[in-house]
Amino acid sequence: MSNRLVNILVPVISVILGLIVGAIVMLVSGYDPVAGYAALWNGIFGDVYTIGETIRQITPYILAGLAVAFAFRTGLFNIGVEGQLIVGWFAAAYVGVAFDFPKYIHLPLALIAAAGAGALWGFIPGLLKARFKVHEVIVTIMMNYIALHTTNALIKTFSDGGDNTGPINPSASLRSEFLENMTDFSRLHYGILIALAMVFVMWLILEKTTRGFELKAVGLNHNASEYSGMNVNKNIILAMVISGAFAGLGGAMEALGTFEYASVKGGFTGIGFDGIAVALLGANTPLGVIFGAALFGSLKYGALNMPNEAGIPTEIVSIVIAIIIFFVASGYVIRLFVERFSKKKEAK
Amino acid sequence: MEHVIEMLNIRKEFGNFVANDNITLQLKQGEIHALLGENGAGKSTLMNVLFGLYQPEGGEIRVRGQEVKITDPNVANNLGIGMVHQHFMLVEDFSVTENIILGSEPTSVGMISVKTAAKKVQELSELYGLDVDPYAKIEDISVGMQQRVEILKTLYRGAEILIFDEPTASLTPQEITELIQIMRRLIEEGKSIILITHKLKEIMDVSDRVTVIRKGQGIGTVVTAETNPNELASLMVGRQVEFKTVKGAANPTTDVLDVKDLVVTDYRGIEKVRGLNLNVRRGEIVGIAGIDGNGQSELIEAITGLRKVKSGQVFINGQDITGKRPRKITESGVGHIPQDRHKHGLVLDFPIGHNIALQTYYTGPISKNGFMNYSTISKKANEIIQKYDVRTQGDHEPARALSGGNQQKAIIGREIDRDPDLLIAALPTRGLDVGAIEFIHQRLIEQRDKGKAVLLISFELDEVMNVSDRIAVIYDGQIVDTLDPLQTNEQELGLLMAGQTKKGAMTNQAEGEGSSHV
Ligand SMILES: Nc1ncnc2c1ncn2[C@@H]1O[C@H](COP(=O)(O)OP(=O)(O)OP(=O)(O)O)[C@@H](O)[C@H]1O
Ligand SMILES: [Mg+2]
Repeated sequence: MSNRLVNILVPVISVILGLIVGAIVMLVSGYDPVAGYAALWNGIFGDVYTIGETIRQITPYILAGLAVAFAFRTGLFNIGVEGQLIVGWFAAAYVGVAFDFPKYIHLPLALIAAAGAGALWGFIPGLLKARFKVHEVIVTIMMNYIALHTTNALIKTFSDGGDNTGPINPSASLRSEFLENMTDFSRLHYGILIALAMVFVMWLILEKTTRGFELKAVGLNHNASEYSGMNVNKNIILAMVISGAFAGLGGAMEALGTFEYASVKGGFTGIGFDGIAVALLGANTPLGVIFGAALFGSLKYGALNMPNEAGIPTEIVSIVIAIIIFFVASGYVIRLFVERFSKKKEAK
Repeated sequence: MEHVIEMLNIRKEFGNFVANDNITLQLKQGEIHALLGENGAGKSTLMNVLFGLYQPEGGEIRVRGQEVKITDPNVANNLGIGMVHQHFMLVEDFSVTENIILGSEPTSVGMISVKTAAKKVQELSELYGLDVDPYAKIEDISVGMQQRVEILKTLYRGAEILIFDEPTASLTPQEITELIQIMRRLIEEGKSIILITHKLKEIMDVSDRVTVIRKGQGIGTVVTAETNPNELASLMVGRQVEFKTVKGAANPTTDVLDVKDLVVTDYRGIEKVRGLNLNVRRGEIVGIAGIDGNGQSELIEAITGLRKVKSGQVFINGQDITGKRPRKITESGVGHIPQDRHKHGLVLDFPIGHNIALQTYYTGPISKNGFMNYSTISKKANEIIQKYDVRTQGDHEPARALSGGNQQKAIIGREIDRDPDLLIAALPTRGLDVGAIEFIHQRLIEQRDKGKAVLLISFELDEVMNVSDRIAVIYDGQIVDTLDPLQTNEQELGLLMAGQTKKGAMTNQAEGEGSSHV
């Protein structure tokens, strides 16, 4: 249908527009946009190593994007993905460091701990919304700060004043010799498989299960959901819990895959906030999230190569990347407005 | 220049579907022009084209002889076209004046001058006999008053041509009478009106001419004085229509619903149902007659579990369901056609098929082990779409895209299809065309004849009198009397609904037939 065409066209045009404006910025500030974009390209697809690293970077974005998208589809705005991801990161690292089990127990346990921690961080705003009608946006923003400072304090406590947990035991690691060998020893790990599995899980829940039917109905119309006997409060809480679990797993990707530890953070990772844009780019659908995450992850990672290869200062690079993302996101936002508007018009 | 508006050969498509196919409507200066057609015929679509909400694929619009392109509602406003939508677009906690000036606020040195505006609103209100308080808050005034605010809104913006889309569907009979007076007043002041309504009586009463459309096609325009309701109905449907509801005598047996000393409060804590007693038996239809706001909504919501019960009890088939969750109550055999189809009845952004499964999605065979079986849903939905003549392009179409009447038919189909022991039908025929109303009444009677209980709530006395086997009159949160429809009349009912006792009603009637009114 033509609708589908629009769905594909909008982001493509937005990316092109973003690239053009980004090129203008580079030109105006006296740098060669062709060299700049060539460096960006090489930074993403240059060789198998960069490809491996790009995919590694995409992994947590997928999960953060799923978390935002899932909440959105159930009528909630989860700004707390960042905090849920941070607690997930810490929980996974803690389990990874503190225990020593065979891999088939240890790794799943660490993953479950991460998902559980994220879920708990989602449960609280869900509960407050369901019981006291406190808006989830406010609570989740505050929960982000609590997550950041609590985990920092915990890391310090556990490491006797140090600034990281120390490396996790190999039995909890997502590292993959196979993937490393294939990508010229990048840090690519098995997490990408988990992320893709979660894309499937989200699709399955929303599109196939009765629970998903309820979650979506509650998100769209509380009154009609109550009328049809659904437990509105329970579904609100559950939606936040599932969303938080996705985010927590995003943290596990960093804890068990990329870094293999958790360290004291001076500020937010940004992955959780970027998840909002990823979800928007992907129109809040599971498959769309893969697309959004791929775009985000590769731009973020590829940009690192621009100063080295093209001599463009990092500040300009940040601006260019931000402009590309801005255009892609606003392309979607513009369309969202158009759709909202025409929907209102059609309302009888 | 006789015609103020001419819509010539208008065509409007939604995807492959043609909602308006070659429709012509010509509005004369100073007339009330009715637009008639079945549910889904394309009336609202045509008016949305005129108001600039939709762009037509073909045809031409002329305003006072000039060809125009109405690209959005602002253009329509500037051309003097105003529309009163069926669902009002007002900000609840703003005052009347604030709502009216919203979007075109008059300013003096950068400040909004509400006072000036309020004065103008007051003047307009007096000129047209609208009797609206410019400073009242929207949430504090009745539906009828809110509608007048919508009318004022269009007048304030200088509308010369007013479009009313089913203005009477949500009004009480009293309010309808007043609205008709207002419309006449508007005509006296030189306005022209396009009126959409399904009530043939209203068309006969107020309109000068009628344009009929059928399944998206323009059928033609007739002069009201030269036609009659029967002809209009057959023009609209394309065949002869029966008006009378045929039904045999009721055969009531045991109680299905039993309400004892029920007390229910509204959201402010004010008692709206005050010690109400009511029973409905198998094999009968009990109609609740009453003026809006006498506790009907609260009563239904309390029975169905959507609202807390303060005291008293509700029994279904002898089982105490007071304070139970809606699902428990539904499962104990209650079906509910809700009063507000957009609020409670539908998830507008779900496909109509999902909506038809809204009460049964968690049961077999529609789902199994927590997984939905969407192909069964589709099958079931199509069955109901067929049986209840829901006009839609398919079960995957979002509920939002259906016409108002067809949304209603889908809800009714969903509820009756579950074959509940007690069917609560709140304003079930609101917004339905005459043919559909007749069809729905037959379904209600069919349920009764199958030995089910039906509780009908309606503001239309005709409907209550024709369909019910017993009429319970509600006044101020209590059932003040129960009557046999065959042994009462509109006047007696009207007086009881207004709070007079039966004895009072009888003496009043004896004193003078003419003086009684609702
Ligand atoms: N936005 C839309 N997208 C797709 N189809 C639509 C849309 N709006 C209306 N339709 C279809 O066009 C047809 C005409 O709808 P319309 O609302 O004009 O009917 P109506 O005559 O006003 O009916 P009712 O008396 O029930 O209000 C319906 O079949 C409806 O499903
Ligand atoms: Mg309509």
